[in-house]
Amino acid sequence: MSEGIKKFLYVNRKAPHGTIYALEALEVVLIGAAFEQDVSLAFLDDGVFQLVKGWDTKELGSKNFAPTYMALGDYDVSKIYVEKESLEERGLSEDDLMELTYEDEDDDWAEKSSIHIVSREEMARLMAANDVILSF
Amino acid sequence: MKLGIVVNEGPYTHEASDTAYNFVVAALEKGHEIFRVFFYHDGVNNATRLTVPPQDDRNIQQKWTDLQAKHDLDLVVCIAAAQRRGILDENEMKRQGKDAYNIAPGFRISGLGQLIEAGIQCDRLVTFGD
Repeated sequence: MSEGIKKFLYVNRKAPHGTIYALEALEVVLIGAAFEQDVSLAFLDDGVFQLVKGWDTKELGSKNFAPTYMALGDYDVSKIYVEKESLEERGLSEDDLMELTYEDEDDDWAEKSSIHIVSREEMARLMAANDVILSF
Repeated sequence: MKLGIVVNEGPYTHEASDTAYNFVVAALEKGHEIFRVFFYHDGVNNATRLTVPPQDDRNIQQKWTDLQAKHDLDLVVCIAAAQRRGILDENEMKRQGKDAYNIAPGFRISGLGQLIEAGIQCDRLVTFGD
């Protein structure tokens, strides 16, 4: 399997601030989008906080990269999996998350949600089904 | 097997770089191919030639440099991560108008595309560090 399209899964496990991992993970995702591979993103553990809507970094003095998540659909990154248990353990639900969408070219460019809430068990299956996993 | 290696932590604070080094040595001894070693996040700090560890400790940067020379390894430092953390080669020093550069022999600075390419080309991509 050294040639052709591979399934890349980017696993985001850390809060958006406190460390640089979330920001630098996004930088990999955006560069990787140019390689026309099969790309999925997973958010679990504190990584689910990355997708909570309304955060801003004004008082932290660090870069506000929340808008980058909204742009993922434009980069053809349209498969975003969020772990249900991680949300629940943190008192969060899908309603707390940003609305991430993409335009489905196979359905007359209809705007659809990129977010799929999956169980921990489904997340494990998703990981097993991918070729390359980059965990941040 | 064709292996890609990702080092995500700097030297000394974490053991990740030592472990990656030992893994690469062992893999080469077993006859595997190391396609590339990619340094990301604080891992780029492994590439400064200005580290001066105490004499009774290992010099992690020097170990990578020596291993590269022996096996012609492709040691790639992510440019975006490197610039944030002050790791520059001569080209970047000039381009950014800085008065010094510090990349160690055997390392080269390039883009994140090199990491994705390693993921595509290698049978396994093995990550060290958080």
